[in-house]
Amino acid sequence: MTWAIENYDRLLLALWEHIQLVGVGLLIALVIGVPLGVLSARRPRFALVVLLVSGALYTVPALAIFALLIPYLGLGFWPAIVALVAYALLIIIRNVATGLREISPDILDAANGMGYGNWRLLFAIELPLALPVIIAGVRIAVVTQVSVATVAAFINAGGLGDIIFQGITQDFGEKVVVGAVATSALAIFCDESLRRVENWMRANQAEYI
Amino acid sequence: MAGWIAANPQIFVVALQNHLWLSGIALVAVLLIALPLGLVLTRQRGLANAAIAIVNILRTVPSLALLVIMLPLLGTGFLPSVVALTLYGLPALLLNNYTGLTQVDAEIVEAARGQGFSDRQVMTQIEIPLALPVIFAGIRTAAVQIVSAATLAAFIGGGGLGELITAGMANFNFPQLVAGAVAVAVLALAVEVGFAALERLLTRQLRMGAA
Repeated sequence: MTWAIENYDRLLLALWEHIQLVGVGLLIALVIGVPLGVLSARRPRFALVVLLVSGALYTVPALAIFALLIPYLGLGFWPAIVALVAYALLIIIRNVATGLREISPDILDAANGMGYGNWRLLFAIELPLALPVIIAGVRIAVVTQVSVATVAAFINAGGLGDIIFQGITQDFGEKVVVGAVATSALAIFCDESLRRVENWMRANQAEYI
Repeated sequence: MAGWIAANPQIFVVALQNHLWLSGIALVAVLLIALPLGLVLTRQRGLANAAIAIVNILRTVPSLALLVIMLPLLGTGFLPSVVALTLYGLPALLLNNYTGLTQVDAEIVEAARGQGFSDRQVMTQIEIPLALPVIFAGIRTAAVQIVSAATLAAFIGGGGLGELITAGMANFNFPQLVAGAVAVAVLALAVEVGFAALERLLTRQLRMGAA
């Protein structure tokens, strides 16, 4: 553990870069994904296309996506963000659509009867009710992104993958393990905390309904 | 890209073969571990909860981290890559196998026992056939995950198509890099589509057998 203790600042910097990659990627994915998810819930054909594309994209290895982007976008932070957004976007769209479609028609009828307009219905009733399912999607997206962001070090995007790759080229086992353990810990932490948020929201909703 | 493959067919074929061996051996190992283990877990509920908690954590570990985390212990090369890929594919099949078996309707099992089925008969003639669609889905997910993660084996000297990507990057040989990336993407999609077709075929045969 000597390396990790002596170089804790480099480790923290790599962790911060990793969080930035995931955070920026997630934010952009949410901004684009939530409206497209609403659209997807209203238009089954669009939803089908999203399902097909996300299935195909999920199958393609992250390293291949990064490699294919190099000739067009080059190296660094932003090309990595493009891939991270792509992976997260489709999960967000899918889960927003599922969350909206699962709402009981009785609730929507009642709101209609109370004179709610389309926009008010969406923001005051539909999206809040769909939130647990949306958070479940965010959880899958974030765990995937933490993993994909590790490989992003291959195109010089920084992050904890950088520590791993440096360790491999320097034949320095401890560095490799520290990088790998830190990435795993980050993924497990994100997964567990978002799972708790999701459960807490579900419990809260159960009280109201 | 096609030009690079045409100019270096031997390098390409060796990389592809390596990729298939890596993935194939890991998938067989996953089947050999997860299929019996899933059955055992349905009989030992206490053990099952602990195993599922571990597998859920394992499932969250990033693929690159899993491949390199045992580097000081196992070193580099083909075998360490197979071990890591086996661990990577294991959660998908084990969880599906376990869920599939536990979701079998208890009333059907009861009815079979009432007709004098032994434990073994209940397992081989009722539980396993009814759980098969879910188990197949798990095999497909594990196969796709393994083929996909095998790309990263190149980083620990395990060979495979990822090596074309890393070598292409190191030598600024973009046609080689793109050839590796496209090949591995096509391979992963082919595995997904192929296993899905196999799954449909087998499920249909099972239904016809039952009818």
